[in-house]
Amino acid sequence: MSDWLIYRTFWDLTVTGVALGSIYALVALGYTLVYGVLRLINFAHSEIFMVGTFATLITATNFIGIPLLEEGNYPYRTGFTLVAILLACIVGGMVVSGAGAVLLERVAYRPLRGSGEHVGAVVLAFASVFTASLIFTDHTRLNLIIGLIGTAPLSVLYLRIFRRGRQAPRLAFLISAIGASTAIAEAVAIWSPRDREQYQTPRVLEKKVLFEFLGTEVRIDYVLVIVGAILMMTALVLFVNRTRLGRGVRAVAQDVETAKILGVNVDFVILITFLLGGVMAGAAAMMFTLVYDQTRFNIGFLLGVKSFTAAVLGGIGNLRGALLGGLVLGLGENYGAAIFGGQWKDVIAFVLLLVVLMFRPTGILGESLAKARV
Amino acid sequence: MKKTRLVRAAALAVSLAFVAAACGDDNDSGSTDDTTAAAEETATADTTAAAEAAAGGATCAEGTSIAFFGALSGDAGNLGQNIKKGAELAVAQFNAANAGCQVTLKDFDSQGSPDQAPALATQAIEDATILGIVGPAFSGESKAVNPLFDEAGLAIITPSATNEALNDNGWKIFHRALAGDDKQGPGIVAYIQNTLAAETVGVIDDASEYGKGLADIVREGLGDKVVASDAIDPAAADFSAAVSKMKEAAPAAIFYGGYYAEAGKLAKQLRDAGVESTLVFGDGVKDVGYIEAAGPAAEGSIITCTCADGGSNADFAAAYGKQFPGETPQTYAAEAYDAANAFLAAIASGAADRAAVLAFLGTYDAAGVTKQIKWDETGEVAGNAVYSYKVEGGAIKVEGLIG
Amino acid sequence: MSLSDTFKTLTKPAHAVSGIGDKISELPRVSRWSLVALFIVSLYLMPWWPEVPVLGWLVDTPGTSFEGVITDKVVIYVLVALGLNVVVGLAGLLDLGYVGFYAVGAYVVGVLSSQHANLPWLVCVPIAVAVSMLAGVILGTPTLRLRGDYLAIVTLGFGEIIRISANNADWLGGSRGISKIAKPPNIGPLKFGILDAKPYFFLGLTVILITVFFLRRLENSRVGRAWNAVREDEDAAELMGVHTFKFKLWAFAIGAAIGGLAGTLYAGKVRFINPSNFPLQLSILFIAAVVLGGTGNMWGAVLGGAVVAWMPERFRGFADKRVFVFGVALVLVMVFRPQGLIPRKIRKERWLANWKPSQSGDADSGVSRG
Repeated sequence: MSDWLIYRTFWDLTVTGVALGSIYALVALGYTLVYGVLRLINFAHSEIFMVGTFATLITATNFIGIPLLEEGNYPYRTGFTLVAILLACIVGGMVVSGAGAVLLERVAYRPLRGSGEHVGAVVLAFASVFTASLIFTDHTRLNLIIGLIGTAPLSVLYLRIFRRGRQAPRLAFLISAIGASTAIAEAVAIWSPRDREQYQTPRVLEKKVLFEFLGTEVRIDYVLVIVGAILMMTALVLFVNRTRLGRGVRAVAQDVETAKILGVNVDFVILITFLLGGVMAGAAAMMFTLVYDQTRFNIGFLLGVKSFTAAVLGGIGNLRGALLGGLVLGLGENYGAAIFGGQWKDVIAFVLLLVVLMFRPTGILGESLAKARV
Repeated sequence: MKKTRLVRAAALAVSLAFVAAACGDDNDSGSTDDTTAAAEETATADTTAAAEAAAGGATCAEGTSIAFFGALSGDAGNLGQNIKKGAELAVAQFNAANAGCQVTLKDFDSQGSPDQAPALATQAIEDATILGIVGPAFSGESKAVNPLFDEAGLAIITPSATNEALNDNGWKIFHRALAGDDKQGPGIVAYIQNTLAAETVGVIDDASEYGKGLADIVREGLGDKVVASDAIDPAAADFSAAVSKMKEAAPAAIFYGGYYAEAGKLAKQLRDAGVESTLVFGDGVKDVGYIEAAGPAAEGSIITCTCADGGSNADFAAAYGKQFPGETPQTYAAEAYDAANAFLAAIASGAADRAAVLAFLGTYDAAGVTKQIKWDETGEVAGNAVYSYKVEGGAIKVEGLIG
Repeated sequence: MSLSDTFKTLTKPAHAVSGIGDKISELPRVSRWSLVALFIVSLYLMPWWPEVPVLGWLVDTPGTSFEGVITDKVVIYVLVALGLNVVVGLAGLLDLGYVGFYAVGAYVVGVLSSQHANLPWLVCVPIAVAVSMLAGVILGTPTLRLRGDYLAIVTLGFGEIIRISANNADWLGGSRGISKIAKPPNIGPLKFGILDAKPYFFLGLTVILITVFFLRRLENSRVGRAWNAVREDEDAAELMGVHTFKFKLWAFAIGAAIGGLAGTLYAGKVRFINPSNFPLQLSILFIAAVVLGGTGNMWGAVLGGAVVAWMPERFRGFADKRVFVFGVALVLVMVFRPQGLIPRKIRKERWLANWKPSQSGDADSGVSRG
């Protein structure tokens, strides 16, 4: 591309890059929190984000009843109504993603840690019977009924096996997460009304230009995303640093054994960690639909990979690192795509990561969730 | 071992064909392909035969079938579903009209992946009741499996693979129900240059075989008029680098080579950023999915296609709506309908084996829903009309022939 | 893990067999070898398995050709799993971009036999394997100094870089891919045609058997023991004088070579490749194959590769739900058999004897620090 174009689009790319980077950063927080505490890549976190976008969509269309289009135009709202809808959507996304992350922990991770786990046993029992019933019938309602009937006896059996209490090797966690990730995405693709097609989310916010910045028009949705991300992140940092529970999280991150001796309920702290990650992903999901107005069953995969890259770039296990990594990645990708062409965007992201790790093997800021200097 | 079984099955089918030919009317045909004399005899190939078949009274062996081959699940599954429905409609109509010849439509779901396709093709080839393939749906899998179909002499009519190089491979079984990209590309160039009279053009593609192929033809055709050019990653959600570039260059028209889902996202992001250029797309965007994804941003977009409007042929659209209540024919459904009808005409004419069906296709010349269907020796459909469509009032409406 | 533990691990035989394996190795030599021979013969008869009464019902893939599935997918995945097992299972390096090496192997054959030259397939294979190995060294040299999960994301990036570059480089055929790739030459009665998949299956199976033989020798050698040490505790191994970097690089290169070899087989069979054959998801599937089978156990890798390749085809009856079924199955296997279908014995013993909840310093546990 000609140089003048890059030069003239520089500030434009900066604004969009920071906005996308903020979304990366919020999702990256989920990876970083879980990694900091459990030392494992929560591969299914991307699907928690995807579920969040659907929660936003359902909140807006089914609960609030906003149509996709009103007389051929977007269903714009203003003033207090707008604020209320946006708040409802973000809360919807955060609640569902948070709950999803907690459920994921109980179903796909905790049984592998060897703690007896009721919820996990029940959900897994249901999933087994439901899946097995697919062999015999293809009526979703019938599958559900068979699944529910079979759940009770099987979950008792599963619980017994879980009680044997064995710690699985680390890679088993990764594969379990990959399995859960595949199952969640495919479940949405199969049992959502439009199957594998793209979904549109209603656009309530008119994307007006808010102000000019160095000759670039800055749109209101970008501003909301950036400000929202900063607020969410500040809240998270305050929580981890200032509250009792937050101290527990840091303690477990530093040394599980010692934390246990000191009376920290490790299982509960892990649950809180997943919840926090899920809530951040839910907020990111709402912001994502705010800017792009759409979602799909496979929306999480690439974004998840990028966010994980951002987390590693900044220093995984480090909250500030997630923010920095997200921003660096969002900007780097945007500038790089403008210089080399959009088809190289992902290559640029990974080369950037490679170069950074070459010089700083633990990311820009290093690993430090435990070290309290979040 | 398998070969001998195949040969035996073919021999049996050929002898059956003799019987059928003896009963049916013997129109001599000028078959272009090297097939057996027996097959040539059975290949009655004029429109009257097809018309007779439609009127009913055709007979064929029990279990006679044709097959759909392409993605029904996976990321591109929806495109395959459209195609399958078009073929399904043709088969349903045929079976209703011909009590003595009930044809089944089998399906082979490749998920569009060249990884699974060869084994599926082998399965289709081993199933001797399958006389023709509607598909493969995509260019990639076509390259992986067409050599197999060619070796087995199993005729294929693809309703959607438009890669221009596909018919250069010397596959005698290859046919397609729509024109290749090399015909559509110049139509797009002509439209942008003449109808839109655009002096500055931006070109974007999705780095896919189809999208980049078409975009490159447009880039070459427009030459200096292309003031900005970029590619996007279709898996990503954010296209801001390409959008910023177009915003700065502010061309009169922007062409995007790719499929409808990304086209919708792109159109929206362009309009949101304040880009006012006329948007022009190829046939991969001709789908209501584009209107849904882009919303009001789709208004005024131009879509070109070598296909006539499946929805505009009233009879076809009505029949489709009856078969699939509440649905309208989507992209490639009409082509699939035409493709299936060509096979069904062959079966109705008494062609009872693969060689006879293939020979019949060589001389087939009938009015389809999309166009007059007649193939040259490479399997390219005759005529190279490119139509333009415009999005108006939330619907894709035909503008007319380009040229 | 203490130094003495590491020493114990080091002094134990590297290769361990599971329960049935123990019994087999206790048998007299003659019966043992005849059992092995019988097993190998039955493998070569695999294309006819669907015709055996009960077994046939179990393994046959309705809706697609069983012969095609075992040739195009099972053979390839097993070989890939064997190679990846060297990297992940033996040396303990998490590689999420293994598909990159597979792609390099396939592309070298494509470029040399169709795109830019007309070399025969047999000539391309050694070149492809060498190039894949070189790619492993090039990727490994700067990145193997990284630890655990950093390596995972970097290798993941590598796989994507290979795919996207192939997609955008016209020299490599771009998104059109490369077609008309050379097929293997006829060997005696084996005629490599277009429709009959069996010769390709026999070739692939033979390559797998040779690879297994080679890897068995390697596992029991000094290199194998060094990998063991690196995997169990890298620092301790380094302290004890194992040149860890060198052995990690070896593991990477050998793994890459086997991945490339699988790529050459694929290219020679299907004779068409394009970048969408090598998506990121495939790397993840490969890892799943290794862990599902039992990380670090060669037989586990073989079984895991076969299961991961075959299962979605066997359950074609589930139609578009088969990927979902696969996901649920992965979770269930990991929950109930976290060590994989055929666990590695050493680890099992050690794990039962020494395991304490969140024992610090155990590189394999989920809760503790590595």
